Amino acid sequence: MSRLGGSIRHSAGRRHVLRALGAGAMLGSPALRAAAETVTLPFGNGERPLVRYPQKRPLIVVTERPPQLETPFDVFNEGVVTPNDAFFVRYHLAGIPTSIDVDAFRVTVKGKVSTPLSLSIADLKQMDAVEYYAVNQCSGNSRAFFEPRVAGGQLANGAMGNAKWRGVTLKTVLAKAGLQDGAKQVKFDGLDTPVIPATPDFVKALDVAHALDGEVMLAYAMNDADLPMLNGYPVRLIVPGWYGTYWVKHLTEITVLDGVLNDFWMATAYRIPDNACACVPPGSAPATTVPIGRFNVRSFVTSVRDGGSVPAGKPFTLRGLAFDGGFGIREVTVSVDGGATWMSATLGRELGKYSFREWRLDATLPAGMHAIKVRAVNSIGQSQPGEPLWNPAGYMRNVVETTRVRAA
Amino acid sequence: MRIARRFRQYAVATCLLAAASPAASLKIELPPESTGLKTGAGSDLATRQCATCHSADYVAIQPPGRPLAFWKAEVEKMKKVYGAPIPDDQVEPIAQYLTRAYGDAK
Repeated sequence: MSRLGGSIRHSAGRRHVLRALGAGAMLGSPALRAAAETVTLPFGNGERPLVRYPQKRPLIVVTERPPQLETPFDVFNEGVVTPNDAFFVRYHLAGIPTSIDVDAFRVTVKGKVSTPLSLSIADLKQMDAVEYYAVNQCSGNSRAFFEPRVAGGQLANGAMGNAKWRGVTLKTVLAKAGLQDGAKQVKFDGLDTPVIPATPDFVKALDVAHALDGEVMLAYAMNDADLPMLNGYPVRLIVPGWYGTYWVKHLTEITVLDGVLNDFWMATAYRIPDNACACVPPGSAPATTVPIGRFNVRSFVTSVRDGGSVPAGKPFTLRGLAFDGGFGIREVTVSVDGGATWMSATLGRELGKYSFREWRLDATLPAGMHAIKVRAVNSIGQSQPGEPLWNPAGYMRNVVETTRVRAA
Repeated sequence: MRIARRFRQYAVATCLLAAASPAASLKIELPPESTGLKTGAGSDLATRQCATCHSADYVAIQPPGRPLAFWKAEVEKMKKVYGAPIPDDQVEPIAQYLTRAYGDAK
């Protein structure tokens, strides 16, 4: 909720209402969208405009306000690092900063600390820096593939990305402030705000032990550049291996708590069934839930699209990526016969345990249709289910993906 | 702090604040909204209540063919969870409009 260092765009909703009341017939007119390219994602109501937002290449617009932009899947075949201008965008609340004076911007550290801090970006850049690659992924990435379908942001597989983050660890910042006895959680708030006061502000928390793990980072650089505004400029929290809901953007307030944060975004939203699979029978409700946490294991084919074609009768290289919640990918196996037989893929260079990992496999397919499946295993033996798991919020999809291709 | 609500360009403006400082300010302008709710009986009411907080595409992208119960649950969620000031007697009319425009009552 802090407004320090930023200005908030709130007015669009009211303008929109006035426009709607005054010119209702114009709304939804195809003419307003005439210039936009569209893509059709493979599920009902999957048509989306491709629009170039500031500092971004054309991305798939999930919603305009608040901005939710999905990365076109072809981008993931460009390399294991997702370019800043292609990185997905997800806000919850429409009061988002569009103008930030970086000299005035401050991150405050308060609550159960010995020395409250107010740190500028220059202050952060003078502290010991760390750098690592890490995947960010929306909890609801791939939600639109759930069956039965569920309400929410209707995402295909593009609400994920891998970047090199640079910044200062939260451990370093908290050591400078000094934790008091009884500290239990650390709470994070950024510049984004609700449109109306009755909407819960987006605030998240981590347990103190997690906050002090020496990995959670206040990042001021992404792939050797400033963060794009829509990815959290000038500083965001990086919680490697954990879903994006914790990666608070435009981070302004760090508050050490002597209790557990029970706000809407921790106690009601972003919760998963309290069992090993984070799943329940399709259409049912879990008896008990816990806050979402670490990524499960996922893998994708990137070199050919579902419904695409490959050469028949001669060798070609299949390529893709795999990742997990930070234990590291141990093996990727690929089936080109719909799961009957599996071959081990060659893994690409490891950029760190939180990064996308490339895989490759040479294959030769006779003319006709083929179902390619890919399955990854991490270093502690976790893998992917052959059939999709289901939960009411549409989180954590990680089924073994099937890519149907025609060899011709 | 300056409140910057409207800019003429959708572009990014980066300006050096002082010759001695490498720090910069960053401004963006988001593209204008292009969609509204489908017009029809109830669309003005729905627009008044829904468009305060989010664009119409949030409605339009939801799974197709859903019944009144789905849309009523969404309206109730907006009211109870996100604090939308929707009077009790408007929940049902909005849900009915959404079901006609986007659900299984076309």
